[in-house]
Amino acid sequence: MTFWLLLTVNSVTFGGLLFLLSAGFSLIFGLMRIPNLTHGSMFMLGAYFGTTLLSGVLGVRFSFWLAAIVCAIQVAILGALMERLLLRRLAGQQLAQVLVTLGVSFMVADLCLMGWGGDPISVATPPGLNGFIRLGAAVFPLYRLAVIAIAVIFALALWLMLERTRLGAMIRAGVDDPQMARVVGIRVSQLFTIVFALGAGLAGFAGLIGGPILSVYPGIDQDMLPLALVVVILGGTGSLLGSFVGSILIGFIYNFGQALLPELAYFILFLPMVLVLVLRPQGLFGGQVL
Amino acid sequence: MSNVTFARSLAALIAVVALAALPYAIKEVYYVNIASQILLYAIFALGLNILVGYAGLVSLGHAGLFGIAAYVVAYLLVAGHGHVLAIVAALAAGLVATAGFAALSLRSTGIIFIMITLALGEIIWGLAYRWISLTNGDNGITVPARPTPFGIALGSARAFYVATLIVFLIAIVAAGIFVRSPFGAALRGTRDQPRRMNALGYHVWMIRFWAFIFSGLLTAMAGVLFVYYNQFISPQALALTASAESLLMVISGGAGTLFGPVVGAALVVIVKNVVSAYVERWNFMLGAIFVAIVVFMPEGLVPGVVRLTRSIWRGRARTKASLPMTAGPRQ
Repeated sequence: MTFWLLLTVNSVTFGGLLFLLSAGFSLIFGLMRIPNLTHGSMFMLGAYFGTTLLSGVLGVRFSFWLAAIVCAIQVAILGALMERLLLRRLAGQQLAQVLVTLGVSFMVADLCLMGWGGDPISVATPPGLNGFIRLGAAVFPLYRLAVIAIAVIFALALWLMLERTRLGAMIRAGVDDPQMARVVGIRVSQLFTIVFALGAGLAGFAGLIGGPILSVYPGIDQDMLPLALVVVILGGTGSLLGSFVGSILIGFIYNFGQALLPELAYFILFLPMVLVLVLRPQGLFGGQVL
Repeated sequence: MSNVTFARSLAALIAVVALAALPYAIKEVYYVNIASQILLYAIFALGLNILVGYAGLVSLGHAGLFGIAAYVVAYLLVAGHGHVLAIVAALAAGLVATAGFAALSLRSTGIIFIMITLALGEIIWGLAYRWISLTNGDNGITVPARPTPFGIALGSARAFYVATLIVFLIAIVAAGIFVRSPFGAALRGTRDQPRRMNALGYHVWMIRFWAFIFSGLLTAMAGVLFVYYNQFISPQALALTASAESLLMVISGGAGTLFGPVVGAALVVIVKNVVSAYVERWNFMLGAIFVAIVVFMPEGLVPGVVRLTRSIWRGRARTKASLPMTAGPRQ
């Protein structure tokens, strides 16, 4: 019983992390119609930047939460730069854009290997969240519960932003019909930069937040990217609700798969994606047919 | 026989003789091995090009198909079966996997096709990496020996090069016939005008499916050669990097041309071997070349050089180029 409870908490935690990663991926996909294959790299960059900030830059040691915010901003700036300098040059050529993101992801992976070495770097759990909560016989790590709370807060904030603000309305318009959005005077290309930066920042944030659970290692980008891909295919592109439900679902499948069938965990992970593709190509909550 | 056809046949004959004479002209085993690598990757790129260049469907999962064939050979050889059975089974497994890939991914075109093939390729990689009882995980499988067809041992670099060359010639002739056949014309039609082809009564999905199968067959052949060349297979050969590398060969040489992928394979293998001899940063180079080619010479080296020289000769303004593969909207 304890085993199952703990597995459930781990699944929801991982789902929360995946949501932070894939919400941006889904928005970028919905708006720009391209899978951003650097998204895993953004996750990894955030984590590596974070570890550097935690160990101290120029004698200044950052607290965990401050480091998370700073590394998110750093990665967001990188994302905006990439959108402005590279993807903008190839506007309208989606295939070329995808290939460029793929190329950049290899460059980032190699640069990280150069900068931070090949050994995994563990991230200490932030002070105050080291403890456990006891519920009967079950013991829940406090940090994992905190990650769930963070994911829920971000989901709510993103939802409010998309549904209740002017920027959100413009993004929704861009997702639904970019041409018409342009016609009514929305600067969609500016939205591209904003959403790209937002998505990259969220991924970078998730990178450090996930650090105490996953640690940081070369290749984590290639581990996380397919997960984001699966979540978005499952949930539907451009849909926040889709990302949320898809993330939790994949969180469960991933963790239960790892625990029960470790050799086939990766395979089981992709089964729901295949099922969705065959039975409901637009994803569970997506508007656009894939 | 017209003059042009004659000149072409002569050029092809000279090229074949030159390729066959290569291992006797260069003595160093190292360079003969690099030539073998170029040829086997050229077969891989030819296969991928059928899909990328002629069907307009960009696959990022082909290393999975490549790897399945390679793993089947390795697995059966280690289990003590003969070479003939291993090779036939590998090609069959490659074809079955290709059919599965095609059935799932041909539901769409364009970006979504890329995503589905990428995910499928990652599944195969994940299986090779994690299903340790079957694939020995990251340690890979070592293949005991190369085959001896008709009593000729392929153990030496030179003999293996000749065998690879024969398979390569079969592959490029087959690809040439395929591309120039009416079916090849129909395939290009589904790339450029899928709706019109549908209206003309062509079964667009079926045409794409058979193109995928042919592409998968060439890829599986390359996979078999790969495992015999290295006498070793590990999940690294199936990773996304490997798929991207083969796509880079196709795009850098020139997608949708018969010889482009061969040039691309030569470029990538040479750069990879030369660069990795000096620096460890092959992945960075791969990414940088990828970005540079997509941004500056999107149609690839072969058509790109042709275009540039033509515009220089004729003094014409450079025409703007774009990636040739643009599969139309789904049916």
